[in-house]
Amino acid sequence: MKPILEVKHLTHTYSAGTPFQRSAVEDMDFAVNEGEFLGIIGHTGSGKSTLIQHLNGLLKPTEGQILLRGKDIWEEPKKIREVRFKVGLVFQYPEYQLFEETVYKDIAYGPTNMGMTGDALDHAVREAARLVGLRDDQLEKSPFELSGGQKRRVALAGVLAMEPDVLVLDEPTAGLDPAGRENLMANIRDYHRNKGKTIVLVSHSMDEIAQNVDRILVLKSAHVLMQGTPEEVFARGEELITAGLDVPQVTRIAMALQRRGLPVDPAVYTVEALEQQLQQLRKGGTVC
Amino acid sequence: MLKDITLGQYFPGNSIAHRLDPRTKILLVVLYIISLFTARGLVSYALIAAVLAVCIKVSHVGLRPMLKGMKPVLFIMVFTGLLNLFFTPGERYLIEWGALRVSDTGIKNAVFMVFRIMMLIMGTFLMTYTTSPIRLTDGLEALMNPLKKIKVPVHELAMMMAIALRFIPTLIEETDKIMSAQKARGADFESGNIFQKAKALVPVLVPLFVSAFRRADELATAMECRCYAGGEGRTKLHVLKYAGKDYIALACGIILLSGIITLRKLGI
Repeated sequence: MKPILEVKHLTHTYSAGTPFQRSAVEDMDFAVNEGEFLGIIGHTGSGKSTLIQHLNGLLKPTEGQILLRGKDIWEEPKKIREVRFKVGLVFQYPEYQLFEETVYKDIAYGPTNMGMTGDALDHAVREAARLVGLRDDQLEKSPFELSGGQKRRVALAGVLAMEPDVLVLDEPTAGLDPAGRENLMANIRDYHRNKGKTIVLVSHSMDEIAQNVDRILVLKSAHVLMQGTPEEVFARGEELITAGLDVPQVTRIAMALQRRGLPVDPAVYTVEALEQQLQQLRKGGTVC
Repeated sequence: MLKDITLGQYFPGNSIAHRLDPRTKILLVVLYIISLFTARGLVSYALIAAVLAVCIKVSHVGLRPMLKGMKPVLFIMVFTGLLNLFFTPGERYLIEWGALRVSDTGIKNAVFMVFRIMMLIMGTFLMTYTTSPIRLTDGLEALMNPLKKIKVPVHELAMMMAIALRFIPTLIEETDKIMSAQKARGADFESGNIFQKAKALVPVLVPLFVSAFRRADELATAMECRCYAGGEGRTKLHVLKYAGKDYIALACGIILLSGIITLRKLGI
Protein backbone atom coordinates (compact mmCIF):
# COMPACT_ATOMS: atom_id res chain seq x y z
CA MET A 1 0.00 0.00 0.00
CA LYS A 2 1.19 3.47 -0.87
CA PRO A 3 1.28 6.06 1.89
CA ILE A 4 -0.63 9.25 1.06
CA LEU A 5 0.35 11.13 4.21
CA GLU A 6 3.55 10.60 6.17
CA VAL A 7 4.28 12.08 9.57
CA LYS A 8 7.98 12.13 10.30
CA HIS A 9 9.48 12.90 13.71
CA LEU A 10 6.74 15.42 14.34
CA THR A 11 7.13 17.57 17.46
CA HIS A 12 5.01 20.54 18.40
CA THR A 13 5.73 22.78 21.37
CA TYR A 14 3.24 25.37 22.56
CA SER A 15 4.30 28.69 24.12
CA ALA A 16 8.00 27.94 23.83
CA GLY A 17 10.07 30.07 26.17
CA THR A 18 7.31 30.97 28.65
CA PRO A 19 6.25 29.30 31.91
CA PHE A 20 3.40 27.68 29.91
CA GLN A 21 5.74 25.74 27.60
CA ARG A 22 4.63 22.19 26.86
CA SER A 23 4.94 19.68 24.03
CA ALA A 24 1.60 18.46 22.75
CA VAL A 25 3.19 16.17 20.19
CA GLU A 26 6.60 14.60 20.56
CA ASP A 27 8.53 12.70 17.92
CA MET A 28 5.52 11.07 16.27
CA ASP A 29 6.13 8.79 13.31
CA PHE A 30 3.46 7.13 11.20
CA ALA A 31 1.91 6.97 7.76
CA VAL A 32 -1.62 7.04 6.41
CA ASN A 33 -2.08 4.72 3.43
CA GLU A 34 -3.97 5.57 0.27
CA GLY A 35 -7.63 4.62 0.60
CA GLU A 36 -7.48 3.34 4.16
CA PHE A 37 -9.71 4.14 7.11
CA LEU A 38 -7.37 5.02 9.97
CA GLY A 39 -8.56 5.51 13.52
CA ILE A 40 -6.69 7.67 16.02
CA ILE A 41 -7.50 7.12 19.65
CA GLY A 42 -6.21 8.70 22.83
CA HIS A 43 -7.19 10.55 25.95
CA THR A 44 -8.02 14.23 26.16
CA GLY A 45 -4.62 15.91 26.11
CA SER A 46 -2.86 13.06 24.32
CA GLY A 47 -2.12 15.37 21.40
CA LYS A 48 -4.81 14.21 18.99
CA SER A 49 -6.14 17.65 18.12
CA THR A 50 -2.68 19.15 17.76
CA LEU A 51 -1.59 16.27 15.57
CA ILE A 52 -4.46 16.51 13.11
CA GLN A 53 -4.05 20.26 12.73
CA HIS A 54 -0.61 19.49 11.33
CA LEU A 55 -2.02 17.17 8.68
CA ASN A 56 -3.53 20.05 6.70
CA GLY A 57 -0.97 22.69 7.63
CA LEU A 58 -2.99 24.68 10.16
CA LEU A 59 -0.12 24.29 12.57
CA LYS A 60 3.50 24.34 11.57
CA PRO A 61 5.68 21.62 13.08
CA THR A 62 8.22 22.79 15.64
CA GLU A 63 10.31 19.89 14.39
CA GLY A 64 9.77 17.17 11.81
CA GLN A 65 7.84 16.98 8.56
CA ILE A 66 4.47 16.15 7.08
CA LEU A 67 4.67 14.60 3.61
CA LEU A 68 1.64 14.60 1.31
CA ARG A 69 2.24 12.17 -1.54
CA GLY A 70 5.95 12.33 -0.72
CA LYS A 71 6.17 16.11 -0.79
CA ASP A 72 6.78 18.22 2.31
CA ILE A 73 3.64 20.35 2.72
CA TRP A 74 5.69 23.28 4.01
CA GLU A 75 8.07 23.25 1.04
CA GLU A 76 6.19 26.23 -0.41
CA PRO A 77 4.41 27.98 2.47
CA LYS A 78 2.52 30.15 -0.03
CA LYS A 79 0.74 27.10 -1.39
CA ILE A 80 -0.44 25.77 1.96
CA ARG A 81 -4.03 26.52 0.96
CA GLU A 82 -3.82 23.86 -1.73
CA VAL A 83 -2.87 21.34 0.94
CA ARG A 84 -5.98 22.28 2.89
CA PHE A 85 -8.14 21.51 -0.13
CA LYS A 86 -6.52 18.09 -0.47
CA VAL A 87 -6.64 17.24 3.24
CA GLY A 88 -10.11 18.19 4.44
CA LEU A 89 -10.33 18.69 8.19
CA VAL A 90 -13.61 18.63 10.09
CA PHE A 91 -13.16 20.01 13.58
CA GLN A 92 -14.83 18.92 16.77
CA TYR A 93 -18.30 20.47 17.09
CA PRO A 94 -18.04 21.85 13.56
CA GLU A 95 -21.59 23.25 13.69
CA TYR A 96 -20.21 26.40 15.34
CA GLN A 97 -18.42 27.40 12.16
CA LEU A 98 -21.62 27.89 10.11
CA PHE A 99 -22.16 31.49 9.09
CA GLU A 100 -24.02 31.83 5.78
CA GLU A 101 -27.64 32.75 5.19
CA THR A 102 -28.52 29.42 3.66
CA VAL A 103 -27.25 25.88 4.03
CA TYR A 104 -26.45 25.83 0.31
CA LYS A 105 -24.25 28.91 0.53
CA ASP A 106 -22.48 27.58 3.60
CA ILE A 107 -21.59 24.30 1.91
CA ALA A 108 -20.45 26.27 -1.14
CA TYR A 109 -17.98 28.36 0.92
CA GLY A 110 -15.10 25.87 0.68
CA PRO A 111 -15.45 25.02 -3.01
CA THR A 112 -15.85 28.72 -3.86
CA ASN A 113 -12.55 29.40 -2.09
CA MET A 114 -11.06 26.73 -4.35
CA GLY A 115 -12.25 28.70 -7.33
CA MET A 116 -15.13 26.42 -8.33
CA THR A 117 -18.01 28.13 -10.15
CA GLY A 118 -21.18 27.39 -12.09
CA ASP A 119 -22.27 23.83 -12.68
CA ALA A 120 -19.21 22.25 -11.06
CA LEU A 121 -19.93 24.18 -7.86
CA ASP A 122 -23.61 23.30 -7.90
CA HIS A 123 -22.80 19.66 -8.48
CA ALA A 124 -20.21 19.57 -5.68
CA VAL A 125 -22.62 21.16 -3.19
CA ARG A 126 -25.55 18.89 -4.04
CA GLU A 127 -23.37 15.79 -4.04
CA ALA A 128 -21.93 16.65 -0.61
CA ALA A 129 -25.41 17.34 0.76
CA ARG A 130 -26.59 13.99 -0.60
CA LEU A 131 -23.61 12.18 0.98
CA VAL A 132 -24.48 13.44 4.46
CA GLY A 133 -28.20 12.84 3.97
CA LEU A 134 -29.53 16.39 3.68
CA ARG A 135 -32.74 16.87 1.73
CA ASP A 136 -32.99 19.35 -1.15
CA ASP A 137 -35.55 21.54 0.63
CA GLN A 138 -33.17 21.90 3.59
CA LEU A 139 -30.56 23.53 1.35
CA GLU A 140 -32.48 26.80 1.18
CA LYS A 141 -33.01 27.04 4.94
CA SER A 142 -30.87 29.11 7.29
CA PRO A 143 -28.33 26.83 8.99
CA PHE A 144 -29.33 28.38 12.32
CA GLU A 145 -32.85 26.95 12.01
CA LEU A 146 -31.63 23.36 11.90
CA SER A 147 -31.21 20.95 14.78
CA GLY A 148 -27.79 20.21 16.25
CA GLY A 149 -27.33 16.96 14.35
CA GLN A 150 -28.39 18.52 11.06
CA LYS A 151 -26.05 21.48 11.60
CA ARG A 152 -23.23 19.01 12.01
CA ARG A 153 -24.15 17.35 8.73
CA VAL A 154 -24.05 20.73 7.01
CA ALA A 155 -20.60 21.41 8.44
CA LEU A 156 -19.38 17.99 7.31
CA ALA A 157 -20.83 18.59 3.84
CA GLY A 158 -18.96 21.92 3.76
CA VAL A 159 -15.69 19.99 3.85
CA LEU A 160 -16.82 17.06 1.66
CA ALA A 161 -17.83 19.55 -1.06
CA MET A 162 -14.14 20.37 -1.54
CA GLU A 163 -13.68 16.73 -2.55
CA PRO A 164 -10.53 16.24 -0.47
CA ASP A 165 -8.27 13.24 -1.05
CA VAL A 166 -7.95 12.72 2.70
CA LEU A 167 -10.80 13.44 5.09
CA VAL A 168 -9.81 14.03 8.72
CA LEU A 169 -12.65 13.91 11.25
CA ASP A 170 -12.16 15.05 14.84
CA GLU A 171 -14.76 13.31 17.01
CA PRO A 172 -17.53 13.68 14.44
CA THR A 173 -20.16 12.06 16.68
CA ALA A 174 -19.39 13.86 19.97
CA GLY A 175 -22.54 15.07 21.66
CA LEU A 176 -24.97 13.23 19.38
CA ASP A 177 -27.51 10.69 20.62
CA PRO A 178 -26.87 6.99 19.82
CA ALA A 179 -29.18 6.97 16.79
CA GLY A 180 -27.67 10.17 15.39
CA ARG A 181 -24.21 8.79 16.03
CA GLU A 182 -24.83 5.54 14.15
CA ASN A 183 -26.55 7.44 11.37
CA LEU A 184 -23.62 9.79 10.85
CA MET A 185 -21.07 6.96 11.03
CA ALA A 186 -23.08 5.08 8.39
CA ASN A 187 -22.86 8.13 6.11
CA ILE A 188 -19.12 8.29 6.65
CA ARG A 189 -18.72 4.55 5.99
CA ASP A 190 -20.74 4.85 2.76
CA TYR A 191 -18.62 7.76 1.67
CA HIS A 192 -15.47 5.73 2.31
CA ARG A 193 -16.79 2.69 0.50
CA ASN A 194 -18.24 4.48 -2.54
CA LYS A 195 -15.55 7.10 -3.10
CA GLY A 196 -12.56 5.08 -1.93
CA LYS A 197 -11.12 8.17 -0.28
CA THR A 198 -8.74 8.03 2.68
CA ILE A 199 -10.30 8.81 6.07
CA VAL A 200 -8.67 9.57 9.40
CA LEU A 201 -11.11 9.29 12.27
CA VAL A 202 -10.24 10.68 15.70
CA SER A 203 -12.37 9.42 18.53
CA HIS A 204 -12.21 8.36 22.10
CA SER A 205 -14.89 5.75 21.75
CA MET A 206 -13.12 2.42 21.30
CA ASP A 207 -16.32 0.81 20.04
CA GLU A 208 -16.75 3.39 17.33
CA ILE A 209 -13.13 2.95 16.23
CA ALA A 210 -13.28 -0.86 16.35
CA GLN A 211 -16.40 -1.01 14.20
CA ASN A 212 -15.17 1.25 11.44
CA VAL A 213 -11.47 1.39 10.82
CA ASP A 214 -8.83 -0.69 9.03
CA ARG A 215 -5.96 0.37 11.25
CA ILE A 216 -5.61 2.04 14.65
CA LEU A 217 -3.09 4.51 16.01
CA VAL A 218 -3.07 4.77 19.80
CA LEU A 219 -1.71 7.98 21.31
CA LYS A 220 -0.66 8.49 24.87
CA SER A 221 0.76 11.69 26.40
CA ALA A 222 2.08 13.15 23.13
CA HIS A 223 3.56 9.86 21.84
CA VAL A 224 2.43 7.02 19.59
CA LEU A 225 1.80 4.14 21.99
CA MET A 226 0.94 1.49 19.40
CA GLN A 227 -0.34 1.09 15.86
CA GLY A 228 -1.73 -1.78 13.88
CA THR A 229 -4.91 -3.51 12.77
CA PRO A 230 -7.74 -3.72 15.32
CA GLU A 231 -6.78 -7.38 15.99
CA GLU A 232 -3.18 -6.43 16.72
CA VAL A 233 -4.11 -3.52 18.94
CA PHE A 234 -6.84 -5.26 20.92
CA ALA A 235 -4.63 -8.32 21.41
CA ARG A 236 -2.74 -5.97 23.72
CA GLY A 237 -5.93 -5.18 25.61
CA GLU A 238 -4.33 -5.41 29.05
CA GLU A 239 -1.72 -2.88 27.98
CA LEU A 240 -4.41 -0.51 26.73
CA ILE A 241 -6.20 -0.72 30.04
CA THR A 242 -3.04 -0.06 32.06
CA ALA A 243 -2.45 2.94 29.82
CA GLY A 244 -5.81 4.20 31.05
CA LEU A 245 -7.57 3.61 27.74
CA ASP A 246 -10.65 1.60 27.04
CA VAL A 247 -11.14 -1.52 24.93
CA PRO A 248 -14.38 -2.32 23.09
CA GLN A 249 -17.04 -3.86 25.30
CA VAL A 250 -16.84 -7.17 23.42
CA THR A 251 -13.08 -7.35 23.96
CA ARG A 252 -13.62 -6.71 27.65
CA ILE A 253 -16.05 -9.61 27.85
CA ALA A 254 -13.60 -11.90 26.02
CA MET A 255 -10.80 -10.85 28.36
CA ALA A 256 -12.98 -11.56 31.40
CA LEU A 257 -13.89 -15.00 30.01
CA GLN A 258 -10.22 -15.77 29.44
CA ARG A 259 -9.42 -14.78 33.02
CA ARG A 260 -12.05 -17.26 34.19
CA GLY A 261 -10.31 -20.04 32.33
CA LEU A 262 -12.20 -20.25 29.04
CA PRO A 263 -9.86 -20.73 26.07
CA VAL A 264 -11.05 -17.66 24.11
CA ASP A 265 -8.89 -15.34 22.09
CA PRO A 266 -9.36 -11.87 23.60
CA ALA A 267 -8.34 -10.10 20.39
CA VAL A 268 -11.94 -9.84 19.18
CA TYR A 269 -13.75 -6.58 18.71
CA THR A 270 -17.04 -7.50 17.05
CA VAL A 271 -19.99 -9.25 18.61
CA GLU A 272 -20.10 -11.67 15.65
CA ALA A 273 -16.50 -12.81 16.10
CA LEU A 274 -16.96 -13.52 19.78
CA GLU A 275 -20.23 -15.30 19.12
CA GLN A 276 -18.50 -17.52 16.58
CA GLN A 277 -15.76 -18.39 19.06
CA LEU A 278 -18.27 -19.24 21.78
CA GLN A 279 -20.36 -21.36 19.42
CA GLN A 280 -17.27 -23.34 18.51
CA LEU A 281 -16.42 -23.77 22.19
CA ARG A 282 -19.90 -25.15 22.87
CA LYS A 283 -19.45 -27.69 20.12
CA GLY A 284 -16.35 -28.81 21.96
CA GLY A 285 -13.85 -27.56 19.43
CA THR A 286 -10.87 -25.40 20.28
CA VAL A 287 -10.35 -21.84 19.25
CA CYS A 288 -7.27 -20.17 17.78
CA MET B 1 -1.32 33.18 16.64
CA LEU B 2 -4.00 34.93 18.64
CA LYS B 3 -3.13 32.94 21.73
CA ASP B 4 0.20 34.70 21.90
CA ILE B 5 -1.40 38.01 22.84
CA THR B 6 -0.09 38.63 26.33
CA LEU B 7 -1.85 41.94 26.90
CA GLY B 8 -2.70 41.82 30.59
CA GLN B 9 -2.26 38.08 30.92
CA TYR B 10 -1.75 36.64 34.38
CA PHE B 11 1.42 34.68 35.11
CA PRO B 12 0.81 32.47 38.12
CA GLY B 13 3.52 32.58 40.75
CA ASN B 14 4.23 32.97 44.43
CA SER B 15 6.57 35.95 44.62
CA ILE B 16 6.08 38.85 46.99
CA ALA B 17 4.55 40.77 44.08
CA HIS B 18 1.97 38.02 43.68
CA ARG B 19 1.12 37.88 47.37
CA LEU B 20 0.50 41.60 47.90
CA ASP B 21 -3.11 42.62 48.41
CA PRO B 22 -4.64 43.64 45.07
CA ARG B 23 -5.74 46.97 46.58
CA THR B 24 -2.15 47.70 47.51
CA LYS B 25 -1.01 46.92 43.99
CA ILE B 26 -3.64 49.16 42.42
CA LEU B 27 -2.72 52.02 44.76
CA LEU B 28 0.97 51.42 44.07
CA VAL B 29 0.38 51.58 40.34
CA VAL B 30 -1.50 54.88 40.82
CA LEU B 31 1.37 56.28 42.88
CA TYR B 32 3.83 54.99 40.30
CA ILE B 33 1.95 56.63 37.43
CA ILE B 34 1.73 59.96 39.27
CA SER B 35 5.46 59.76 39.95
CA LEU B 36 6.13 58.98 36.31
CA PHE B 37 4.19 62.03 35.14
CA THR B 38 5.70 64.27 37.79
CA ALA B 39 9.25 63.31 36.88
CA ARG B 40 11.13 65.89 34.85
CA GLY B 41 14.86 65.31 34.96
CA LEU B 42 17.19 62.47 34.23
CA VAL B 43 17.74 61.61 37.90
CA SER B 44 14.00 61.22 38.50
CA TYR B 45 13.62 58.93 35.52
CA ALA B 46 16.61 56.88 36.58
CA LEU B 47 15.13 56.52 40.06
CA ILE B 48 11.78 55.33 38.75
CA ALA B 49 13.48 52.97 36.31
CA ALA B 50 15.50 51.51 39.17
CA VAL B 51 12.36 50.98 41.27
CA LEU B 52 10.64 49.33 38.30
CA ALA B 53 13.65 47.09 37.70
CA VAL B 54 13.64 45.95 41.34
CA CYS B 55 9.88 45.24 41.15
CA ILE B 56 10.28 43.18 37.96
CA LYS B 57 13.15 41.30 39.55
CA VAL B 58 11.22 40.32 42.69
CA SER B 59 8.10 39.40 40.70
CA HIS B 60 9.92 36.54 38.88
CA VAL B 61 7.94 37.38 35.73
CA GLY B 62 11.08 37.92 33.70
CA LEU B 63 11.91 40.57 31.15
CA ARG B 64 10.76 38.65 28.09
CA PRO B 65 7.00 38.72 28.66
CA MET B 66 7.37 42.38 29.65
CA LEU B 67 8.96 43.27 26.33
CA LYS B 68 6.59 41.01 24.43
CA GLY B 69 3.63 42.82 25.95
CA MET B 70 5.05 46.02 24.52
CA LYS B 71 4.47 44.87 20.94
CA PRO B 72 0.85 46.06 20.52
CA VAL B 73 1.76 49.60 21.62
CA LEU B 74 4.98 49.80 19.64
CA PHE B 75 3.26 51.87 16.98
CA ILE B 76 2.02 54.45 19.48
CA MET B 77 5.49 54.65 20.99
CA VAL B 78 7.20 55.23 17.67
CA PHE B 79 4.52 57.72 16.63
CA THR B 80 4.80 59.79 19.83
CA GLY B 81 8.56 59.62 19.65
CA LEU B 82 8.62 60.94 16.07
CA LEU B 83 6.07 63.68 16.77
CA ASN B 84 8.10 64.92 19.71
CA LEU B 85 11.32 64.63 17.77
CA PHE B 86 10.24 66.73 14.81
CA PHE B 87 7.69 69.15 16.18
CA THR B 88 9.13 70.43 19.44
CA PRO B 89 10.30 74.03 19.16
CA GLY B 90 13.64 74.58 20.85
CA GLU B 91 16.54 77.03 21.06
CA ARG B 92 18.91 75.23 18.73
CA TYR B 93 18.04 73.21 15.67
CA LEU B 94 20.39 70.38 14.87
CA ILE B 95 18.80 69.26 11.61
CA GLU B 96 16.52 71.28 9.38
CA TRP B 97 14.78 69.52 6.57
CA GLY B 98 11.90 71.55 5.17
CA ALA B 99 9.11 71.61 7.71
CA LEU B 100 10.82 68.91 9.75
CA ARG B 101 13.15 70.39 12.29
CA VAL B 102 14.91 68.56 15.05
CA SER B 103 15.70 70.69 18.06
CA ASP B 104 17.75 69.81 21.10
CA THR B 105 14.65 69.92 23.31
CA GLY B 106 12.96 67.75 20.69
CA ILE B 107 15.49 64.98 21.11
CA LYS B 108 15.24 65.21 24.88
CA ASN B 109 11.45 65.19 24.84
CA ALA B 110 11.28 62.30 22.38
CA VAL B 111 13.57 60.12 24.47
CA PHE B 112 11.75 60.95 27.69
CA MET B 113 8.34 60.44 26.11
CA VAL B 114 9.22 57.02 24.76
CA PHE B 115 10.69 55.99 28.10
CA ARG B 116 7.65 57.32 29.91
CA ILE B 117 5.24 55.26 27.79
CA MET B 118 7.47 52.21 28.07
CA MET B 119 7.69 52.45 31.84
CA LEU B 120 3.99 53.22 32.13
CA ILE B 121 3.13 50.05 30.27
CA MET B 122 5.67 47.92 32.07
CA GLY B 123 4.43 49.10 35.46
CA THR B 124 0.78 48.41 34.75
CA PHE B 125 1.61 45.12 33.07
CA LEU B 126 3.56 44.09 36.13
CA MET B 127 0.34 44.45 38.11
CA THR B 128 -1.79 42.45 35.69
CA TYR B 129 0.94 39.83 35.26
CA THR B 130 1.09 39.22 39.01
CA THR B 131 -2.59 39.60 39.91
CA SER B 132 -5.27 37.20 38.78
CA PRO B 133 -8.21 38.98 37.11
CA ILE B 134 -10.54 37.90 39.91
CA ARG B 135 -8.36 39.42 42.60
CA LEU B 136 -7.92 42.53 40.53
CA THR B 137 -11.67 43.11 40.26
CA ASP B 138 -12.07 42.31 43.95
CA GLY B 139 -9.50 44.98 44.71
CA LEU B 140 -11.15 47.51 42.41
CA GLU B 141 -14.54 46.82 43.93
CA ALA B 142 -13.19 47.29 47.44
CA LEU B 143 -11.42 50.52 46.50
CA MET B 144 -14.51 51.94 44.78
CA ASN B 145 -16.84 50.93 47.60
CA PRO B 146 -17.18 54.47 49.00
CA LEU B 147 -18.72 55.51 45.66
CA LYS B 148 -21.78 53.44 46.53
CA LYS B 149 -22.87 56.37 48.70
CA ILE B 150 -23.37 58.49 45.58
CA LYS B 151 -25.31 55.67 43.87
CA VAL B 152 -22.52 54.36 41.66
CA PRO B 153 -23.36 50.67 40.91
CA VAL B 154 -19.96 49.48 42.10
CA HIS B 155 -20.84 45.81 42.50
CA GLU B 156 -22.49 45.61 39.10
CA LEU B 157 -19.52 47.29 37.46
CA ALA B 158 -17.12 44.92 39.18
CA MET B 159 -19.24 41.91 38.20
CA MET B 160 -19.37 43.05 34.58
CA MET B 161 -15.64 43.53 34.58
CA ALA B 162 -15.04 40.12 36.13
CA ILE B 163 -17.26 38.49 33.52
CA ALA B 164 -15.60 40.40 30.69
CA LEU B 165 -12.14 39.42 31.92
CA ARG B 166 -13.23 35.85 32.42
CA PHE B 167 -14.47 35.60 28.83
CA ILE B 168 -11.56 37.25 27.05
CA PRO B 169 -9.48 34.05 26.91
CA THR B 170 -12.56 32.00 26.06
CA LEU B 171 -13.45 34.26 23.18
CA ILE B 172 -9.86 34.37 21.96
CA GLU B 173 -9.75 30.59 21.99
CA GLU B 174 -13.08 30.48 20.21
CA THR B 175 -11.91 32.96 17.56
CA ASP B 176 -8.83 30.86 17.08
CA LYS B 177 -10.90 27.72 16.63
CA ILE B 178 -13.34 29.32 14.19
CA MET B 179 -10.48 30.86 12.19
CA SER B 180 -8.80 27.45 11.98
CA ALA B 181 -12.05 25.84 10.89
CA GLN B 182 -12.58 28.43 8.17
CA LYS B 183 -8.95 28.19 7.10
CA ALA B 184 -9.48 24.46 6.74
CA ARG B 185 -12.19 25.41 4.24
CA GLY B 186 -9.75 27.60 2.36
CA ALA B 187 -10.40 30.98 3.98
CA ASP B 188 -7.61 33.45 3.34
CA PHE B 189 -7.13 36.11 6.01
CA GLU B 190 -3.70 37.29 4.97
CA SER B 191 -3.79 38.43 1.38
CA GLY B 192 -5.90 41.04 -0.41
CA ASN B 193 -6.59 44.72 0.23
CA ILE B 194 -8.28 46.07 3.34
CA PHE B 195 -11.82 45.53 1.99
CA GLN B 196 -11.09 41.95 0.99
CA LYS B 197 -9.55 41.34 4.39
CA ALA B 198 -12.59 42.81 6.15
CA LYS B 199 -14.88 40.67 4.04
CA ALA B 200 -12.83 37.57 4.81
CA LEU B 201 -13.59 38.13 8.50
CA VAL B 202 -17.37 37.73 8.08
CA PRO B 203 -17.15 33.90 8.30
CA VAL B 204 -15.35 34.39 11.64
CA LEU B 205 -17.42 37.19 13.14
CA VAL B 206 -20.86 35.70 12.50
CA PRO B 207 -20.18 32.42 14.36
CA LEU B 208 -18.30 34.33 17.06
CA PHE B 209 -21.26 36.64 17.77
CA VAL B 210 -23.71 33.77 17.68
CA SER B 211 -21.65 31.90 20.24
CA ALA B 212 -21.04 34.98 22.41
CA PHE B 213 -24.78 35.59 22.68
CA ARG B 214 -25.39 31.94 23.43
CA ARG B 215 -22.75 32.02 26.16
CA ALA B 216 -24.21 35.18 27.68
CA ASP B 217 -27.61 33.56 27.74
CA GLU B 218 -26.30 30.38 29.35
CA LEU B 219 -24.29 32.32 31.91
CA ALA B 220 -27.31 34.41 32.92
CA THR B 221 -29.37 31.26 33.41
CA ALA B 222 -26.59 29.61 35.40
CA MET B 223 -26.28 32.69 37.63
CA GLU B 224 -30.01 32.83 38.23
CA CYS B 225 -30.06 29.13 39.04
CA ARG B 226 -27.62 29.89 41.79
CA CYS B 227 -29.85 32.67 43.10
CA TYR B 228 -27.68 35.58 42.06
CA ALA B 229 -29.57 38.76 42.89
CA GLY B 230 -26.98 41.52 42.79
CA GLY B 231 -24.46 42.63 45.39
CA GLU B 232 -26.87 43.23 48.27
CA GLY B 233 -25.92 41.01 51.21
CA ARG B 234 -23.43 39.00 49.16
CA THR B 235 -20.37 37.76 51.03
CA LYS B 236 -16.95 36.95 49.59
CA LEU B 237 -15.09 33.66 49.61
CA HIS B 238 -11.74 35.40 49.76
CA VAL B 239 -11.93 38.42 52.04
CA LEU B 240 -9.21 40.95 51.33
CA LYS B 241 -6.98 41.73 54.31
CA TYR B 242 -4.05 44.12 54.57
CA ALA B 243 -0.91 42.57 56.00
CA GLY B 244 2.37 44.06 57.19
CA LYS B 245 3.96 43.78 53.75
CA ASP B 246 1.13 45.83 52.25
CA TYR B 247 1.81 48.74 54.60
CA ILE B 248 5.52 48.54 53.84
CA ALA B 249 4.85 48.46 50.08
CA LEU B 250 2.49 51.44 50.31
CA ALA B 251 5.02 53.34 52.40
CA CYS B 252 7.64 52.66 49.70
CA GLY B 253 5.23 53.98 47.07
CA ILE B 254 4.60 57.19 49.01
CA ILE B 255 8.32 57.67 49.59
CA LEU B 256 8.93 57.27 45.86
CA LEU B 257 6.31 59.89 44.99
CA SER B 258 7.55 62.39 47.58
CA GLY B 259 11.11 61.78 46.42
CA ILE B 260 10.12 62.52 42.82
CA ILE B 261 8.24 65.67 43.87
CA THR B 262 11.30 66.88 45.77
CA LEU B 263 13.52 66.16 42.78
CA ARG B 264 11.09 68.10 40.57
CA LYS B 265 11.38 71.10 42.91
CA LEU B 266 15.14 70.83 42.56
CA GLY B 267 14.72 70.63 38.80
CA ILE B 268 16.42 67.28 38.24
